[in-house]
Amino acid sequence: MSISRRKFLAWLGAAGIGSMVSRDAGASSNKHFRGYPKSSGVLYDMTRCVGCRECEAACNKVNSLPAPDKPFNDLTVLNTKRRTGTDAYTVVNKYSGTRHDGPVFRKIQCNHCLEPACASVCFVRALKKTKSGPVTYDESVCVGCRYCMVACPFDIPAYEYNEPLTPRVLKCTMCAPRIEKGQLPGCVEACPKEALTFGHRDDLIKIARKRIRKYPERYKDHIYGEHEMGGTSWLYLSPVPFKEVGMREDLGETPAPSLTSGALSIVPMVVGLWPVLLAGVYGITKRKEKIAMEEQQTAVAEATEKADHEAHLKLEAAMGKAKKDKETAIEKAIKKALEDVAGAEPDKEDS
Amino acid sequence: MSEEITTDSQSWITPFNVIAGIIILVGLIITVIRFTKGLGAVTHLSNDNPWGIWIGFDLLCGVALAAGGYTCSASVYLFGMKRYHSAVRPALLTGFLGYFFVVIALILDLGRPWRLPYPFIIGWGTTSLLFEVGLCVALYLTVLFIEFSPAPLEWLGFKKTRNIVVKLTLLLTILGVVLSTLHQSSLGALFLIAPSKLHPLWYSPYLPVFFFISSIIAGLSMVILEGSLSHKVFHHKMDETHLSECDPLTLGFGKAASLVLAGYFTIKVIGIAAGNHWDLLSTPYGLWFLVEMLGFVALPCFLYAVGVRDKNLKLIRGTSALTVCGIILNRLNVSVIAFNWQLPMSERYIPSWMEIAVSVFMVTLIIVFYKFIVTRMPVLYEHPDFKNSH
Repeated sequence: MSISRRKFLAWLGAAGIGSMVSRDAGASSNKHFRGYPKSSGVLYDMTRCVGCRECEAACNKVNSLPAPDKPFNDLTVLNTKRRTGTDAYTVVNKYSGTRHDGPVFRKIQCNHCLEPACASVCFVRALKKTKSGPVTYDESVCVGCRYCMVACPFDIPAYEYNEPLTPRVLKCTMCAPRIEKGQLPGCVEACPKEALTFGHRDDLIKIARKRIRKYPERYKDHIYGEHEMGGTSWLYLSPVPFKEVGMREDLGETPAPSLTSGALSIVPMVVGLWPVLLAGVYGITKRKEKIAMEEQQTAVAEATEKADHEAHLKLEAAMGKAKKDKETAIEKAIKKALEDVAGAEPDKEDS
Repeated sequence: MSEEITTDSQSWITPFNVIAGIIILVGLIITVIRFTKGLGAVTHLSNDNPWGIWIGFDLLCGVALAAGGYTCSASVYLFGMKRYHSAVRPALLTGFLGYFFVVIALILDLGRPWRLPYPFIIGWGTTSLLFEVGLCVALYLTVLFIEFSPAPLEWLGFKKTRNIVVKLTLLLTILGVVLSTLHQSSLGALFLIAPSKLHPLWYSPYLPVFFFISSIIAGLSMVILEGSLSHKVFHHKMDETHLSECDPLTLGFGKAASLVLAGYFTIKVIGIAAGNHWDLLSTPYGLWFLVEMLGFVALPCFLYAVGVRDKNLKLIRGTSALTVCGIILNRLNVSVIAFNWQLPMSERYIPSWMEIAVSVFMVTLIIVFYKFIVTRMPVLYEHPDFKNSH
C-alpha cells in the first residue's frame, strides 16, 4: 500500500476532466504518508561540516557540469550567498553571525521531498518521486513551463535560460544512477568529515535522534526535514536555529499536494453540477418567458373578446335605437299625416 | 472587391497603422532573439523568479479580461437578457482573440512550446492545476471559435453550416461557462502551492474563488469598456439595434458589476479574517493591499452604483476602465509584486523592456485583428440575410 495522496488526486483530476486514464486510483484515507518504505536519504550534520567544498567538486564531476569560474579549493567563494543553479546542483554557504562560536556551514541541494511540490505541479509528470528516494527529472517530456520552480518551497530547480530551444530544468538527482549501481551519491562519497550519511531514511532519523540525545549541547533538538513540507529525504542537524542558516522554519508540515487537493476536488463537482444549474436557470427563464407570452395571449384574447362583445352590444343598441327612431319617425309621420288630414277636413267644412 | 482595395491603399498610412507596424516589427525581432538566444537574452527571469509578466500579464490578465465572452453569452442566452443580444458577438470576438493571443504569448514563454500538447498526449499530470488550466483553455478556445464562427460564416455566405452552429448556441454557452469557471479559478489555484512565497494578504485558500469572481467583474467591465471604445471608433459600422442597445447594456452591466464587486470585496475581507492577517495591513505590503482593495474594488463598486442611479453613462464607462486596471493590478500583485516578497530587493524580478515590449506586441495584435474582423464581418451589425434569425 504505497499509494500516495498524489495518485488519489490524479484520479480526482482525471475524473474531473472526464478522461479515462487507466491508473489505479488509490483509496484516500486519513493515514499519513510517511514516504516509501526502505527509501534512501542523506543525513547532513552541520556540526561536522567544515566548508571544504569537496562535495561541490564531486557533484560537478559526477554530473559532468561545466568548470566553475573559481576553482573548488578557493574558499573565498563561501563569503557570498549562493543558490543552486544549472552549473551547480549543490552549494555550501557560510553563516558567520550565528550564536555558534565560529562560522556554520550549510550545504544546499534538492531535499527530495516525500511528496514533492515540483512533481505534483508537473503537468507532464517529468518530475517523479521514485520509490527508492530520489526525485528524478525526465527532460524528454519537459515543456519548460517552470511551474516546478514556482512551486518548490526550497528554491532548488534551476532553468537553462540561455538555451533557446532545448532548455532543461536541472537539480540534484541524489545521484539516482549511482545509487542504482550500488554506489554512494557523489557528495556523500567525497565528504572527508562524514558530515553526510547515506542510508534508509528511517535509519537516518534514528541516527540523528541518537546524536541529539548523546550531545544535547551540540545540537538543536530538531531534525529538519523529518516533517517539513510533509517530510524530505534529506535530513539536517544543526548547532543553531535553522533560520539562522537561511533555512525556512515557516513552511509547515503540510505536504505540498494537499495545498491544491481542495481546488482539484472541486473540479468534478463543477463539471457535474454546473450544467444542471445553468440548464435549470435557462429552463426557468424560458418558462417565465412562456408564461408571460401565454398571459399576454390570453389577455389579448380576452380583450378582443370583450371588445367584440361590447361592439356587438353597442351595435345592437344602436340598431335598436335606429329601429326605434325609425318607428317613431314613421309613427310621427303617420300621426302628422293623420293630423294634417284631420285638420284639413274641418277647414273644408268651414269653407 | 476592387473598390475595397483602392480605398485600402489610399488610407494605408494612418497613424494607427504606423504605430502598430513599429510595435509588431519590434515584437517580431524580440521573438527571433528569444528563439535564437533563449529566454535569458530577452527577459529578467531568474531561478528565483521563473514567472514574469508574460505569465502575470499576458496569461493571467489576458484570460481574466477575455471573460466578457462567457459573462455576456451567459446573460443573454441563459439568463434571458435578450435585449443585450447585440453585445454578444463583439464580446465573443474579444474573448476568442484574448485566448488566442494568450496561447501565442505562451509560445514565447515556454521552453519547448511545440510540446504544448504533451500534457494531453503523454504526460497526464492530472495532479497539476496547470494541467487543468491547459486543458480548459484549449477546450474553451475551441468553444469560443465555434461560438463566434457564425460571423465569418455569414460573411462567407455558408448558410447551412451557420444555421447548424447557431442551433448549438445553448450547448456551447453552457460548456463555455463550465470551462471558464474551471480555468478562471484554476489560474488563482496555481498559486495555492506556494504559501511560502506569496504574501499572506494575497495568499488564501480562497484564491480560486477570488479569481473566478473577479473574472466576472473583468468580463462585465470589459464589455462596457469595449462597447464605449468601439462606439467611438466603429460607430459607422454599427446598426440601429447595436446603437440602441448600447446604453441599456451599459446600465445593466454596470449594475451587475457593482453588485459583484460588492460581493468580491466581502469575500476578500473574509479571506483576511480567515487568515487573521489584520496586523499585516499596517505594513508596507498591507498599505499596497489597501490601495488595491479600496481604490480598485471598493471605489469602482461605489462609482458604478452612483453611475447607475444617476444614469450617468460617462461615469459608468470611466469606472469600467478603473475596474479593468484593478483586475490587472490584482493579477500582477499575485504573480509578480507580492510573489517572492520576502526576497531581498536585489533578488526580486523587474521586467526588462523587451518583456514589456512583447506584452504590448500581444495587445497590439489583438487590436489589429479586432479591427480587421469588425470592419469586414457582421459583428457590430446584423447581416441583412440573417436579420432576427437568432
